Amino acid sequence: MKRVIFGSSWLPYAFLAPQILIVIIFFYLPAAEAVRASFYLENPFGGGSTFVGIDNYKDVLTDDNYVRVAKFTFWFSLLVTFFSLAIALLLAVKADTVLRGAKSYRILLMWVYAIAPPVAGLIGVLMFDQHVGPITDVAALFGYKMQIGVNYNDTAAAMIIISIWKQVPVNFIFFLSGLQSIPKAVREAAQIDCRSSWRRFWTVTFPMLAPTGFFLLIINITYALFDTFAVIDVVMKNEPGSNPMTLVYKVYLDGFRGSDLGGSSAQSVILMALVLLLTIFQFRMIERRVHYT
Amino acid sequence: MMETTSSNLEVEARAGGRRTPLLSQRRFWRSVGDHTVLWLGVLFMLAPVLLAFLTSTHDAVTIHRDGLQFLPGDHFGETYEAVLFGATGFTGKATGLVMTFNSMVLGIGFAVGKIVISMMAAYAIVYFRIPFATLAFWVIFTTLLLPLEVRILPSYEIVQKMGLLNSYTGLILPLIASATGTFFFRQFFKSVPDELLEAARIDGAGPFKFFVDILVPMSKTMIAAIFIIMFVFGWNQYLWPTLITTDEGYYTLVRGIKQIIQVWVGANIPEYGQAMALAILAMLPPILVVVVFQRWFIKGLTESDK
Amino acid sequence: MASVTIDHVTKEYSTSGRPAVSDVSLAIAEGEFIVLVGPSGCGKSTLLRMVAGLEKITDGEVRIGDRRVNEVDPADRDIAMVFQNYALYPHMTVRKNMGYGLKNRRLPKAEIEKRVAEAASILQLDEYLDRRPRELSGGQRQRVAMGRAIVREPACFLFDEPLSNLDAKLRVEMRGEIKQLQRRLGTTSIYVTHDQLEAMTLADRLVVLNKGEVEQIGAPLDVYRSPASTFVASFIGSPAMSLLNAASDGSALRIGDVVVASGAGLAAGPVTLGVRAEDFILAPTSGGFAMQVSYVEELGAGRLVHGAVQGQMLTLSISADHPMTDELIIAIDPARLHLFDASSGKRITPRRETAEA
Repeated sequence: MKRVIFGSSWLPYAFLAPQILIVIIFFYLPAAEAVRASFYLENPFGGGSTFVGIDNYKDVLTDDNYVRVAKFTFWFSLLVTFFSLAIALLLAVKADTVLRGAKSYRILLMWVYAIAPPVAGLIGVLMFDQHVGPITDVAALFGYKMQIGVNYNDTAAAMIIISIWKQVPVNFIFFLSGLQSIPKAVREAAQIDCRSSWRRFWTVTFPMLAPTGFFLLIINITYALFDTFAVIDVVMKNEPGSNPMTLVYKVYLDGFRGSDLGGSSAQSVILMALVLLLTIFQFRMIERRVHYT
Repeated sequence: MMETTSSNLEVEARAGGRRTPLLSQRRFWRSVGDHTVLWLGVLFMLAPVLLAFLTSTHDAVTIHRDGLQFLPGDHFGETYEAVLFGATGFTGKATGLVMTFNSMVLGIGFAVGKIVISMMAAYAIVYFRIPFATLAFWVIFTTLLLPLEVRILPSYEIVQKMGLLNSYTGLILPLIASATGTFFFRQFFKSVPDELLEAARIDGAGPFKFFVDILVPMSKTMIAAIFIIMFVFGWNQYLWPTLITTDEGYYTLVRGIKQIIQVWVGANIPEYGQAMALAILAMLPPILVVVVFQRWFIKGLTESDK
Repeated sequence: MASVTIDHVTKEYSTSGRPAVSDVSLAIAEGEFIVLVGPSGCGKSTLLRMVAGLEKITDGEVRIGDRRVNEVDPADRDIAMVFQNYALYPHMTVRKNMGYGLKNRRLPKAEIEKRVAEAASILQLDEYLDRRPRELSGGQRQRVAMGRAIVREPACFLFDEPLSNLDAKLRVEMRGEIKQLQRRLGTTSIYVTHDQLEAMTLADRLVVLNKGEVEQIGAPLDVYRSPASTFVASFIGSPAMSLLNAASDGSALRIGDVVVASGAGLAAGPVTLGVRAEDFILAPTSGGFAMQVSYVEELGAGRLVHGAVQGQMLTLSISADHPMTDELIIAIDPARLHLFDASSGKRITPRRETAEA
């Protein structure tokens, strides 16, 4: 808190009002509505809805399709998070070591950040296209017929690879700035204490990057859960069919296409709980981190 | 530990002259390895976009026949002209130019709106002792927890009830309903030394004057950094514009991607070239902003995040 | 220019707990340079900030001239303040930094320019007027902060540790400049520092504060020569005065079983004996006692000898020419010893019937 604080009567309220108003109308009302709707069954022929308690949740959680989507979401998030972090870390460490061209590498590796996920999806779709895609051609050389949008596994692979591609730059930027903030004296001390650069990395550099890495872990899980929506939407070309999809996509699908308001809302609430859990976990870890830095 | 280090040093010292070229040779190969890894990374990031661009300079038939193109073609002008001035949609309202304009409105409107609103809120929270300040704080910062995607349906309904479908307001305002900006400016304001406010008070500046004369100009770099992040974020919005805009006159470039996919599915010979051209068009402005204002961008990204 | 009166001023941050400033009274004459000195947390800055109007006054009254200013906004108190970190507006040029306060007071442009130009020439800042603070060195920033105070032509300058962010050499230089400037402008000044040397060299009068209370007010030399308490004795002067636990039997003053001075005029019982490093007599003809030397600090012009008498540490300064041995025979100049109450630490003036040399 600031030492000298203004005592003006109206100014702070006037300054706070727009933000509070927007947040209430476009955040709290919808969130509350989602919770409310999750306990009701919408009458399909219009004219009100009936309270059904936790039936919507029961239906959702026992639905085979939902369980399948949840499983896919888990593996999808795991793979996207792991590979985008690993690739970014490798590139950041290398970009941090090279003396020449470090700046050029930085630009060349980070600009993809600016590409919108659906645009990335579109380019990816083209790469994997059955007629013109070079990746499909390469797969054909090995005798494999890739069929995006038809074969479940092929489609899933494309979604995962495109999502990783889109996420590497963010992680790269954070890892690099984390590496660059390690004090020179610490690196020099490590150089004197330890000859092997491999060991040096795992015993000194990596632990010092841990806070960045942990922060990125949360960011990446959130990304995989929510921001990949557009990639998935574009890759399946608007035809969900039996294609793989994530939980968020199913919320959208059931709500807007299937008009299952209650079910979609229940799914929303489950996702909200998931995000909340993640956030609490994050705060816990940050708190603990404070102790040993 | 100490012992091994010193004995290693001794060995190296004894080896003397022979050691040096060997060492530098090893260093050379290691550096070659580093650069190779980096080049592979660059290739991984760059190749798809490069391919997309090169392909966009060919005509649809060539692409359909021969696959993606690795060399520039001679249809650059035609393709881009068609994308910029021709209609992508059904009603003819959604030309590339119109969509670019809409994307600009969304990107800039979102960034400016967010910055103005969150700076004001952060100022009120940091510099004033008001009742319910803690409540206000939590009301605002809880929004960090839930992304728009999980409350998309009710959000849509509210915007619909307010009659804001197919409007810039409906497009922008709900996206502003998260506290990222406020959180960022709050952190920054807290780092401004107290003495500055005291000096300003002695210099006769009231709360409004202090905000306008001192705090806002002082935050210039921060504003620039956050602007870049928010512009890219706004420009790249997909799900929300997809729901809110059904009138093609309000389509953004990124929203237009969905249109392409839809048209594509039914087409005999899909307009690969034009699709790629639109993709290039949709990514160009944010990429330019990020590359040109690189330093601010990295600052904004690494210092603000969520 | 005006006098400043601090009248029974108290500051409490919470109703429980010790007040940050407790019942301080001080009358500052027109043109006087007052230095508030004490360790961190002694309340010196709080007191200054109450005069500035940056802290509310819990109890008591502050008057500038004849006007009670307790409720007056800082901008209307006719004061100017120089901050420790200078608090320059980073986005404004030197010119704008200095003129900002005047602009807010709606002074005509020409007048602002004139005053800024004057202040700049006094402080030799003329060529830097169009630079921003980050393009200036520490000393130049310090000068800009001074300039911002000068242009206001205030009734009183308030300095809050203005030199502590500078390196040692620059600090000494700026100290001299501040002193000269204050002489030249003749503006009443209140200066806060934790550096006793700075306090000694700048002040017309020193106010030594400890735990929110005034320990002593007086001219620097008076405070040095007759500190009012063990706290002042150990805080003012470098090296710090040696304070020894002694006992009086009415006729002699002993440390352990060594007689170190006459105890005439003193009540029997424990007493704290204080001696400045320069007030020891080396190798006296009579009445000396032995000190075991533990280590020596060479200062060039002289040396400081740290040692122990009867297990109690003391410090004396001697000429660098004096031969060093592991043991020195010393005595205390009886005219220059200080006596303090062993429990309260307050100064005791013994009634000396016979002045023994």
